[in-house]
Amino acid sequence: MNPIIRFENVTKRFGALTVLDNFNFEVQRGEKVTLIGPSGSGKSTVLRILMTLEPFQDGHLELDGTSYHEPNGRGPFKASEKHLHKIRCSVGMVFQSFNLFPHMTVLRNVVEAPVAVLKMKRDEAESRAIELLRMVGLSDKKDQFPSQLSGGQQQRVAIARALAMRPRVLLFDEPTSALDPQLVGEVLGVIRDLAHEHDLTMLLVTHEMRFAREVSDRVCFFDKGRIVEQGDPERFFSNPQQPRTREFLSSILGDQEPVRESLRCAL
Amino acid sequence: MTWTQYLMPLLKGAQVTVTISLASIAIGAVLAFAAGIARTSSNRFLSGIAFAYIVLFRGTPLLVQLFWFYYALPLIGISFDPVTTGIMVLSLLTGAFGAEVVRGALLSVPPSQLEAARALNFSKTYTLWHISMPQAVIEMMPAFGNLAIQNLKDTALVSLISIADLTFQAQSLRNITLDSATVYTLTLIGYFLIALCLMFAMRFIEMKLRRGPAFPRSAHS
Repeated sequence: MNPIIRFENVTKRFGALTVLDNFNFEVQRGEKVTLIGPSGSGKSTVLRILMTLEPFQDGHLELDGTSYHEPNGRGPFKASEKHLHKIRCSVGMVFQSFNLFPHMTVLRNVVEAPVAVLKMKRDEAESRAIELLRMVGLSDKKDQFPSQLSGGQQQRVAIARALAMRPRVLLFDEPTSALDPQLVGEVLGVIRDLAHEHDLTMLLVTHEMRFAREVSDRVCFFDKGRIVEQGDPERFFSNPQQPRTREFLSSILGDQEPVRESLRCAL
Repeated sequence: MTWTQYLMPLLKGAQVTVTISLASIAIGAVLAFAAGIARTSSNRFLSGIAFAYIVLFRGTPLLVQLFWFYYALPLIGISFDPVTTGIMVLSLLTGAFGAEVVRGALLSVPPSQLEAARALNFSKTYTLWHISMPQAVIEMMPAFGNLAIQNLKDTALVSLISIADLTFQAQSLRNITLDSATVYTLTLIGYFLIALCLMFAMRFIEMKLRRGPAFPRSAHS
């Protein structure tokens, strides 16, 4: 079966800084992949390139057989806006800082894109939005504004908003990093439920190692713009092969996890 | 002549002042949005035209602009009556300053909002009008309030292209009565009262926009 996402020797530079260096990466349809690694290792960049928020310079990237670059494409993205629009139809993204629209109610945040972009009828979009909000446990908040919600609730709305566009690939960019520890669980719960959707391909950048182990089919460890080690989460966490991976895991699991664990106990 | 007899001509002048001011604020606002949006556009041509317009009108004195449009333009065959000229020049000036306000406010919308809009596949136009503008417009209001009052005070200069505004009427009255103190005091009060109304109107619009929980900063303003 063809992979839904295929990076082939992709190189991404920010000025003199090379963030991804001849990067190769494939994701199968329906696969749940977690990307971990130190900050600046390029894992978020992978998501941002897939969402067409960042262009890349060299190499080839395909989503479901469609190349990101067009043969005669112009501009930094080497593609027309129309082509990028088509690609984005299959991809959704959940951001670290939620990025809800502050001037719209929760319901309108979820309804706006299906109506404006997918040309869905408003009442149809609304009933679907309410269903999605129920799924993330927030149907009673539909008439509130984002500023009236907690961080965890905002992130759950953001997940509903992304799902309303029916993406085939859903990207999570550190979805719980901006949350207070006691709010992390509710967001992870929603993502965990989503992980049961067989058709949905998920890429998750996170520092929640236990969660990564629990929900993902594959874990990829990034360092300096490359995947240093990847594999099945059980094997990856219990028996990492590369010294750099071991170092990273011990620094994360050795210090942070018990801290967060004790915090949870305290609360 | 007692001071109450000054009121009729002054009120007539005030009426002209208010008309010119309101008309040029309204047209200026349209120009401000058009030029401000054009400045943030990725289209070099549009952005360039807007830039030239803003620089020209911000960089030259209003009085000279008025004289140029009133005395110089007719020499190349284009002439307007004084009131039209006054409204036109003031609109262009207010629009030029307003354009920078619009541009600044649009740039102050967090980039993360634009990324979210892009991730949801909104078109650029849709993002501008439904995501950026509603958030930016609130940021513009205090500066727009300043511009409106500046505009009102600038209207005094149109008396110099023979428009019978409040200042013009005051000059005429003083020339007849030589009662400078009373005439100019009344004129000052007149401008101040109009300015007060403008301030309240702008504040009212700002409050209307800020109202509601979407922009909780209103609680502190």
